Amino acid sequence: MDFNLSFRALQKLAKDFPKSNTAIKIAVLGNHTTTFFCKAIENQLVLAGFNPNIFEADFDQIDITLIDASSKLYDFNPEIIIIFESTLKIKDDFYALKSNEARAQFHNDLLNKAKNRIDFLNKNNSSAKIIYASYELLDDELYGNLFSKVPHSFYNQLWKANTALINISENENNFYVFDINKHIKNIDAYRDWPAYINSDLHYTIDTFAHFSYHMTLFIKALKGSFKKCLIIDLDNTTWGGIIGDDGIDKIQIGNLGIGKAFTKLQKWIKELKERGIIIAVCSKNTEEVAKEPFIKHSEMVLKLEDISIFVANWNNKADNIRYIQEVLNIGFDSMVFIDDNPAERDIVKQSLPLVTVPNLPEDPALYLPYLTDLNLFETASFSSNDKDRTLQYQQEAERKKLITSVTNMDDYLKSLEMIGEIKSFNSEDVSRIAQLTQRSNQFNLRTKRYTDEDIIHFMNSENHVTYSIKLKDKFGDYGLISVIILEKTDANTFFIDTWIMSCRVLKRGVEYFAMNQIVEQLLQVNASNLIGEYLETPKNKLVSDLLDKLSFTKTNEINYNTELKEFNNFKHFISCKNI
Amino acid sequence: MQEYLDELNLLFREVFENEDITLTPETVASDIDEWDSINHIYLVVEIEKHFNIKFTSSQILEWKNVGEIVNSIQEKR
Repeated sequence: MDFNLSFRALQKLAKDFPKSNTAIKIAVLGNHTTTFFCKAIENQLVLAGFNPNIFEADFDQIDITLIDASSKLYDFNPEIIIIFESTLKIKDDFYALKSNEARAQFHNDLLNKAKNRIDFLNKNNSSAKIIYASYELLDDELYGNLFSKVPHSFYNQLWKANTALINISENENNFYVFDINKHIKNIDAYRDWPAYINSDLHYTIDTFAHFSYHMTLFIKALKGSFKKCLIIDLDNTTWGGIIGDDGIDKIQIGNLGIGKAFTKLQKWIKELKERGIIIAVCSKNTEEVAKEPFIKHSEMVLKLEDISIFVANWNNKADNIRYIQEVLNIGFDSMVFIDDNPAERDIVKQSLPLVTVPNLPEDPALYLPYLTDLNLFETASFSSNDKDRTLQYQQEAERKKLITSVTNMDDYLKSLEMIGEIKSFNSEDVSRIAQLTQRSNQFNLRTKRYTDEDIIHFMNSENHVTYSIKLKDKFGDYGLISVIILEKTDANTFFIDTWIMSCRVLKRGVEYFAMNQIVEQLLQVNASNLIGEYLETPKNKLVSDLLDKLSFTKTNEINYNTELKEFNNFKHFISCKNI
Repeated sequence: MQEYLDELNLLFREVFENEDITLTPETVASDIDEWDSINHIYLVVEIEKHFNIKFTSSQILEWKNVGEIVNSIQEKR
């Protein structure tokens, strides 16, 4: 996926791009000509590895389409609905209001319209996520700068309407705001007025292509594909100068020379780490020398404890990034590597094409604005657990060291002194559970993505049995690392709807610990059979033999069965915390 | 005239994704299946970009055939 492709370049690229099998259905409803937007987003989704199917509602029929239970929209059954209103059109509605009192309430009209649309979807049993375009802040210049004091001015109402949309979004799980204003600010001539007058083209076709790029990044994040790790080079990327040559007093950070640019970048990286992005260092340096500024330089914003994995040696950077990937156990496509040296970037790009390697501008003053414009760290969920991850990966590095000193795997597992806790979902874990279903790709039996609301539904459902598993060991607490959802399909049979585990606890025996507990509990409710199914994706090969390992019998290509009465407990080294 | 017509021809083929298009000054929208009102918008944008010109609204509204598009391009260059 390329940043800043023109509509035509996008069209050309997508035409020859191999189609994938990952289907995605998206509906676009607008109050203006959305044809070019639909085409552009279809192309972007193709480039992002989807096989998209786009439904474009009839021109300016948003509400009719949503109200009508028999509309083609509901036949189509999209997973995502994009509602895209143009402020130019909204302005006519506003001018049609005659009294200033009514105009001062216009933002409430827009608010209610949005709320009603959510209600229509709910009434028609659509579980689609809504991506709602914000209103372009377009002043009609009737009140100039006095707009903030005049509640019945159009510009005043637009600001309030956008705030109202944010308020809805904070309270509605499936409602997301896509901010138009942020994305047009970098485009010259984002609107072609003659084309607007002659053809109802509210933005240029290239502006639509630009929107579709950012919208696709967000859709990818909603589908569980987003960046998890930022790998940074040190010399002339994290600080100015070369630590090995210039020494700790001469490198530029803080107020020295161009230092301010590096400090600003470091502050941003620190904020990313706080949000849950894993920060790793990959530098051609002697390790001790490379670590010195982190320990001793008073103006370094980043400290050693912010870095999950610190790799400083003279090896090829592509090999070092492979090593980082191995320790973290995440996909190369979820990693970003920044380096000022075009040659190093090139080696990584060539050997690891899935890693995102931005072409940093030459001037360090432009590093941060360039990186933020790329919108690399688009995300669709946030939970406070994300913040603790750095510590967890540092602990993982410690465990890797221990593993080399113990020869026998059983002894190693015993030495970890693991304690597991397994229980049904409870309300405080809902967002962490939903998040695991969203972001786990590898240890994921059926790759079903669920929202907070879905999880609450399972929690309260009579036909489902749910398990969440927490694990800790002598090095630290992993938190909630596994989720299992069983569906009761008849009086004696349960089906594994979901079995997910965080890859941080691979090979610890958590799946055996869970299976023992599950079978014991199912036998208590007189169940006889547990049915499993493996749905293959490009990323979940890891669990292709999970059900075999758990002593299920294969009944056909993808289905498995186990007779609970014949089940023998597995050996593992996790003691159960009594709760 | 012929030079602009040749350049336009290449542009038409790409925008309409049809390699068989051969333009003459007399070609009209109904001669080309893909030339609908939506693709017309796309076409105008790409002509303007290619020749680095900007048509006026009245020019766009008055075109009756490809020859008149070429005339507009010549006027603007």
